[in-house]
Amino acid sequence: MDMSQYLEVFIDESKEHLQTINEQLLELEKNPEDLSIVNEIFRSAHTLKGMSATMGFEDLANLTHQMENVLDGIRNQKISVTPELLDVVFRAVDDLEAMVHSIAEGGDGKRDVTEVVQQLRQIEKGEPVTPSSKSDDKKPTLLQQTYDEFEYTVLQQSKEQGFNSYEIRVKLRADCLLKAARVFMIFEVLEQVGEIIKSSPTVEMLEAEQFDQEFIVTVVSKETKEDLYKRIMKVSEVEEVVIEPVQFSKAAPAAEEKEKLKTEELKTEKPKQTQAQTQQAEKSGSSSSKGNVSNKTIRVNIERLDILMNLFEELVIDRGRLEQISRELNNPELHETVERMSRISGDLQNIILNMRMVPIETVFNRFPRMVRQLARDLGKKINLEIIGAETELDRTVIDEIGDPLVHLLRNAIDHGIETPDVRRAKGKPEEGTVKLKAYHSGNHVFIEIEDDGAGISREKVLKKAISKGIISEQNAASLTDKQVYELIFASGFSTAEKVSDISGRGVGLDVVKNTIESLGGSVTVDSQEGVGSIFSIQLPLTLSIISVMLVEIQKEKYAIPLSSIIETAIVKKEDILHAHNQKVIDFRGKVVPLLFLKDIFEVPVSKEDDDFLSVVIVRKGEKMAGLVVDSFIGQQEVVLKSLGNYLTSVFAISGATILGDGQVALIIDCNALIK
Amino acid sequence: MAELKVIVFQLKDKEYAIPVQQVRSIEKIQHITRVPRVPKFVKGVINLRGVVTPIIDLRTRFGIEETAFSDNTRVIIVALGEIEVGLIVDAANDVIDISTDAIEPTPEVVDSVAVDYINGVVKIGKRLLILLNLEKVLETTKV
Repeated sequence: MDMSQYLEVFIDESKEHLQTINEQLLELEKNPEDLSIVNEIFRSAHTLKGMSATMGFEDLANLTHQMENVLDGIRNQKISVTPELLDVVFRAVDDLEAMVHSIAEGGDGKRDVTEVVQQLRQIEKGEPVTPSSKSDDKKPTLLQQTYDEFEYTVLQQSKEQGFNSYEIRVKLRADCLLKAARVFMIFEVLEQVGEIIKSSPTVEMLEAEQFDQEFIVTVVSKETKEDLYKRIMKVSEVEEVVIEPVQFSKAAPAAEEKEKLKTEELKTEKPKQTQAQTQQAEKSGSSSSKGNVSNKTIRVNIERLDILMNLFEELVIDRGRLEQISRELNNPELHETVERMSRISGDLQNIILNMRMVPIETVFNRFPRMVRQLARDLGKKINLEIIGAETELDRTVIDEIGDPLVHLLRNAIDHGIETPDVRRAKGKPEEGTVKLKAYHSGNHVFIEIEDDGAGISREKVLKKAISKGIISEQNAASLTDKQVYELIFASGFSTAEKVSDISGRGVGLDVVKNTIESLGGSVTVDSQEGVGSIFSIQLPLTLSIISVMLVEIQKEKYAIPLSSIIETAIVKKEDILHAHNQKVIDFRGKVVPLLFLKDIFEVPVSKEDDDFLSVVIVRKGEKMAGLVVDSFIGQQEVVLKSLGNYLTSVFAISGATILGDGQVALIIDCNALIK
Repeated sequence: MAELKVIVFQLKDKEYAIPVQQVRSIEKIQHITRVPRVPKFVKGVINLRGVVTPIIDLRTRFGIEETAFSDNTRVIIVALGEIEVGLIVDAANDVIDISTDAIEPTPEVVDSVAVDYINGVVKIGKRLLILLNLEKVLETTKV
C-alpha cells in the first residue's frame, strides 16, 4: 500500500500527540499523584505507537512502546513520579520529536535511541512490585478491569457471601455477523447463573456493536470457572473465552483513585445551586475530564478559507439585497424566510470569520517545556507565567512569530534571570519570574516578555556598542536610556560576555527585530538595571476580526475600534468650552479636546447638526479625545481589511471592512487622531 | 508581427485601450465608499467580491468634466504588479486584436491633457485607439 498520502496526516497527528504528551507531562510534574493525567499521556503515547508501527517507523514505535511501559507502571502505581523519571521521559519525547521531524523532512525517522530505551527499561524494572503481572500486551491475560467504588463494594460483598467473581474475556469470531445478538446471548447465559457487575466496553456500546471482536465482563456467580466456560462456549460464533478470578489487590487501588476523583467532583459541584445543575455537572464533569485534551480537528488549507470567506461575503451582499427587497414587497412570509436566512448566515459568518483565527496558545504552549529544560540546564529557578494565551491572531502571523519569541525567551532566561544564589544575595526571591503576556489593543496584538532579572546595563551596552563600532563615543553620552537599550537590536551586537549555546547561537536580536518588522510589527525594550527588562512586540492584525462601533457622519459610515473607545456621550452644544482655538468638553472632571470628524474627513455636509452632539470618547495611552459624529449605529464584529497596495497610509484610516450590506466602511485609526 | 489583445473603453468621445493581460475584470458601477484626504480622482473604495479595491475616476484623472454615472458606466479592474485598482470609464465596448506594428508614437497634439498617460495610438479603419500607459495613470498617486 502506498503510504505517502497518509504521511502528512501521520506527521501532523504525531506532532499533536507529542504536544499533548509534553503538556500533560508538565502537568504531571505539578500533580504527580493525579493518575488521570497519566492516562491522558498513555492514550497519546499509545496512539502514537500504533500509528508509527502502521507507517513502518520501527524506532519510533519501539521507543514509544518503552515509554508506554513506564507510563503503565506509573498508572498502576508501581513506579512513582520523580523529577529524574520525568527527565528521562522528556528526553524520550525529545527523541520522538526529533524522529518525527526527520520524517517530516523526508528522512527515515531512524535514530539511535538505545540509551534512552535502556534508561526507560531501568525505570520500568526499578520497582520490585509484582513484576510478573507486567504482561506483554499481546498475551490475552490482560484482563485488569478498573472498578469504581460501588462495583468494588459489590465484588467484596459477594465474595464474603461465597460468590466467585470472574473477569471473562470473550472473543467473537471474526466473521460473526450479529455481534450484538451474540453479546445478548452471552449476557443471557451469564445472568442465568450469576450477575454481571461490569462490562467493558459498556453495555450500550456492545449493543451498538461498537467494539471489535472482544469484550470483557465481570461476573459474580456460584458456578465454577469451568462451568462458566462451557456455558459461554455453547453460544455460537464465540471463538475464545478466557476466565480469570478478579484480583482484589489490583482492583482496589483503582477504586481508591476513582473515589478521589469523586470527592473532587463533589467539591466542584458545591457552588452550583439546583439539583438539576448538579447532576449535569457530574455528568459533564466526568466526561469532559476525559475528552478535554483530545480536540477533534481537521486541517484545511488557509487558501481555501480565504476563498470561503470571500464567497461568503458575496453571499452577504445578496442577503442585504434580499432583505431590502423583502422590506419593499412587505410580504410576511418572505419576511420570515429572509429573516431566518439572515440569522443563519449571521451565525455562519461568525464561524467563518473565526476559522482563520488561531489562539496564540498554539505558540505559547511549547514554551513551558522549553523554559523548564533551560532552567534545569542553567541551574536557575524559573517560573513562567503565561497570560492571555487565548488571544487570537491570524494564522499567518502565528506561523511566523514562534522563532522570535523563542529567542526572546531564551534571552530573558539566559541573560535576564540570575542564578539562585545571586538572586538571594540581591534580596530577590530565588525563583525568577518570566511573564509572557499577549493582548489585543487597537488594531494590534501586543506580546510582552517580562523578566525580573538583572536588567540591561547601560554601561555594558555602550561599551560593547562602541567596541563594535555601532556608535561613536561622542554619540554615546547623549543617548537616552531607551535609545541605549535599542542598541541591542543593532546587527552585530551580542551582549553575552561568553557565548552560551542558549541564546548566543550566532544570531542576534537583530534577527528577531527583522522578523517582526517583516510581519509589519515592531519590537521595543525597556529595562531597569537590577529590576528586570520587558520586551514588547507589537503586531498588526493583518486579517483579523475586531469589534468596532459603527458611527454615522452625515451619510457615511465609519467604524471605530472598540478597544480604543472609553465610552460614548451625548453632549449639549452649550457645554462645549473653548481653549486655545480648540473646542473641549469637561468629561468626568477631565478636559477632553473635541475632534469633529466631519471636518477632519471632509465629509460632504447635507444637513446641519442639531443641539446635541454624539461624542465617542477614545484614548491613546493616557491621552483622550472626543470624536464628534452624527449618530451611533451600534457595535459589530468586523473583518479588518487593508485598503490595498494602492492607497497606502491614508490619514487616520487604518483599514476598511465590509458591512453586512456589502458596502465598505472605513476604520478610524484613533492613534493617528490623538497627538 | 506580434498581436496584442486589448480591451477598448470609452471616455467622453474618445476610445482608449488597455492590454487584456492588465485587466482582471469589468464590473458594473456599485456603491463606492469615499476615502477622505486622498487625491480627487480617487473616488473611494468598493467591495470587489470581498476585496476592498480603490477606484479611480479616469475622467477626473484626465481632467475631463465629470458626468453622472449611466447604465453604460463600467469599472475596469486592472492589475499592475501588486496593485489592483478599478478605473471608472463611460463604457467598455470591445475586445480587439491589434498588431504591435500598427502602434504609432503619440502625436504631439492628440489630447492636451492626457498626453502623459499614453503609450501610443493605433488606427483601425476610422477608429483611433489611444493606448493607455497604466504605470503613468497609477503613478504619482501615492498618497
